[in-house]
Amino acid sequence: MKFVKNKVGRSIPEELFGKKLIPFTGKGKGPYKERKYAPKIRKTSPGDSKVLTSIQEAIKKGGLADGGTISFHHHFRNGDYLLNMVCHEIAKMGLKDIRLVPSSIQPINDELLTYLEKGIITHINCGTSGKIADAISRGKMKGLLTIRSHGGRARSIENGDVEIDIAFIASPTSDEYGNINGVHGKYACGSLGYAMPDAQFANYVVAVTNTLVPFPNNPISISQDHVDSVVLLKKPIGNPAGIVTTSLRVTRDPKNLKIARDCIEVIKASGLLKEGLSFQSGAGGTALAATQFLSQYMKAKGIKGSFGMGGATEALVRMLEDGLFDAILDVQSFDIYAVRSLLNNPKHIEMGASQYANPLSSGCAVNLLDTVILGCTEIDTKFNVNTSTESDGRIMHGMGGHQDTSEGAKLTIIAAPLQRGRIPIVVDDVVSVNSPGENIDVFVTERGIAVNPESQYFDILTKTKSLNTKSIEDLKAEAEKLIGGKPQKPKTTDRIVGIIEYRDGSVLDVIYQVEK
Amino acid sequence: MSKKATKIKDEQMNRLRRSRLYIPGNNPAMVQNAVVYGADSLIFDLEDSISLDEKDSARHLVRNALLTLDFEGCEVTVRINSLDTEYFIKDLEAIVPTKPDGLLLPKTESFEELIRIDDLISEIEEKNDIPIGTVKLMPIIESAKGVLQIEKIAEAPRVVALGLGGEDLVADIGAKRTKFGRELDYISSKIILACAANKIQAIDTVFTDINDLEGLHKATLRAIEIGFQGKSVIHPSQIEQVHRAFSPSQEEIDRAKRIIKAYKDAKKKGLGVVSVDGRMIDLPVVKLSERILKRAAASYQNT
Amino acid sequence: MKIVKSAQAGSLESCDILISVDPAKEGTGIKINLESPAKTQFGDLILVEIKEVADKLEIKDVKITAIDKGSLGYCIKARAETALRRGAGE
Repeated sequence: MKFVKNKVGRSIPEELFGKKLIPFTGKGKGPYKERKYAPKIRKTSPGDSKVLTSIQEAIKKGGLADGGTISFHHHFRNGDYLLNMVCHEIAKMGLKDIRLVPSSIQPINDELLTYLEKGIITHINCGTSGKIADAISRGKMKGLLTIRSHGGRARSIENGDVEIDIAFIASPTSDEYGNINGVHGKYACGSLGYAMPDAQFANYVVAVTNTLVPFPNNPISISQDHVDSVVLLKKPIGNPAGIVTTSLRVTRDPKNLKIARDCIEVIKASGLLKEGLSFQSGAGGTALAATQFLSQYMKAKGIKGSFGMGGATEALVRMLEDGLFDAILDVQSFDIYAVRSLLNNPKHIEMGASQYANPLSSGCAVNLLDTVILGCTEIDTKFNVNTSTESDGRIMHGMGGHQDTSEGAKLTIIAAPLQRGRIPIVVDDVVSVNSPGENIDVFVTERGIAVNPESQYFDILTKTKSLNTKSIEDLKAEAEKLIGGKPQKPKTTDRIVGIIEYRDGSVLDVIYQVEK
Repeated sequence: MSKKATKIKDEQMNRLRRSRLYIPGNNPAMVQNAVVYGADSLIFDLEDSISLDEKDSARHLVRNALLTLDFEGCEVTVRINSLDTEYFIKDLEAIVPTKPDGLLLPKTESFEELIRIDDLISEIEEKNDIPIGTVKLMPIIESAKGVLQIEKIAEAPRVVALGLGGEDLVADIGAKRTKFGRELDYISSKIILACAANKIQAIDTVFTDINDLEGLHKATLRAIEIGFQGKSVIHPSQIEQVHRAFSPSQEEIDRAKRIIKAYKDAKKKGLGVVSVDGRMIDLPVVKLSERILKRAAASYQNT
Repeated sequence: MKIVKSAQAGSLESCDILISVDPAKEGTGIKINLESPAKTQFGDLILVEIKEVADKLEIKDVKITAIDKGSLGYCIKARAETALRRGAGE
């Protein structure tokens, strides 16, 4: 195998599983295709019914064959039954060598493990967690895991890097002609953002629902002109308790509260915390606390922002309700409060994955972000961020919109403790690169704040006396002193089990099989 | 007192102890993160927060923490078990060799016990090649009997600060514990007086409602008004409020600056009398001004 | 020092380690069974840290089980010392 070093110093093979890989050369410089991918033209004539009563019928109608590709959204999160159901059906039908393209794999999908081992599923394109991730790390899947950001996934579907044979869309409600929304019914999950590129670019689109509503369903998130079949099932497609939580938990850990507070201090010092601010943060405990601190500060100072984005959470929605933002752009609703807001508040806007973060589109929303607060499992002295692998080399997570928002936002803040237990967060070289250091401005820990010397905010932040800024090397030294030295490197074999794409389709890093 | 001893006393008197954070000594997550919250002083507790069957493990944990962790200039103290317990001597033998800045002595009731403790510490210091007198003492008054001995206790060797245990005291005298501690007014004043007379610091008791941060702020302002130089805290979130209360106003800062300047000018010119804003200034006022500027510098550094 | 009874110290809280000690036959040496989320990165060091404490207390034979929850060296050594001293009947 011939390897080429990419811009973040990782060796990328020229070719893998018959596909040419393009090494990452820097943001904004990725591969370019002249035209978007065009799916098959299908036809539904007057008098035709789309309603089916079994998944198997839909698979047959969609013409899935060995080596085919199927896609799913993960808006049902760990309460999703559909992905498992479809895979069981495929196994029963004797199909094999299937490429799975969900927007995420959750621990509830652990039961698919056996299909990886049997060669029924040979490739997976998405971030994974749980047993599936672990099995891939140990080389139990024949093919390749391709990890993409949310924007990168939308891009790969739109530019044809991934051709979806059938998109299965778990639908909280649908009418008989395939108009779908996520805000009604027992399985309401809020935004259906991640399913939107699939609906538009798959060769066959199947809505699967337990709740058939009279035509026309309203509102319409995914519309009938993209949907070929509507499978009405009695068997539940999800578990409401796993789909949305009633309340996400704000951290109570004083260490994380300090980190959250300092994130807001950094935004203040950057000069961005003023009228018209646009902001994104996640649903983790520290991110939620930061959102609350931001809200308190904006309220106290009478500052009104323009829009909040993300992962919509109660914390973000309350800022909208308090008049601190004019709108929320919602690609994924994290809790019941956000789902209700999307249903009732016209200022809460549903957004597709491409609109959110596709770099090869006519303009995605992350480009308009002032600031984003993100997490990491590791960060290195070049500010490269790892979100996908643990420091022992095993795949544990996806990467969400990390690359997308970190490239798009003016000020990207990574918030994490200096070490978790004995595992250091700052290291010489991250195990896997998910976001290149050139995207990252600031790293906030409980023991100090490191600013990337390449950041446009370096001078202003390091000159702000109230911020406890240190070099990232000093932070690393501090961590090593606490934990008693450098961690031992994970032992890997020379088999590549996964690749991490940059959002433009170039390759940032590869993941090797871990030794037993 | 020798010149050197006076200087040390001055340093101790001026040391910033606005907040001192209690950390349960058997909780590694809290012990190793104690330094990050910006408290002026840390108290690793081996006493009330540790159950009887974990006294040994807390002692080992705190001892190892003091030997290996970097506390970045924070004052490091340990609340050991009281003299009348079987744990006292073990605590002393384990902790003194780690050279903490000080030991908090719960349930202190007499000058004599402090003399005994001083002797025991000197012995351990000597055995471990630590200069005698390195480890300071911070007695806590927790009984009526102790209150009546405050004047003597404040004079004891190694003592740099006095504190009071609000809960125990209130129970001992049969009063009712109120939010802002009116029942402790007399005792507090007595402690503050004894401390001032001996050029040591008086530190206020804890504010137990960790959810009422405004109440804490108010209680701290009150403590400052009557002369406390610090407040004990039981949760990291309380530190910011205490420091906020201790940060002097711009007016206070400006006046303190004028006083220091006038004092220096007068000294340069060999004048015996200093006056600022038409008022005569004496040495205690100069000292107070120094303290105000120190607090001001600290508040602008970490808030 | 000799381990005369089973004992333990520490906890399963985050950043802590639960160390259990059991008496072992003479000549069997110091046997340590370690479970840790940082085993790949720090497993060897943790074993050294525990053994160091046993050596310092001059314990020759003992069976040690350590369930680590991400503790640092100072804590591991403290918990080992407490458990061993308890096991020695101190």
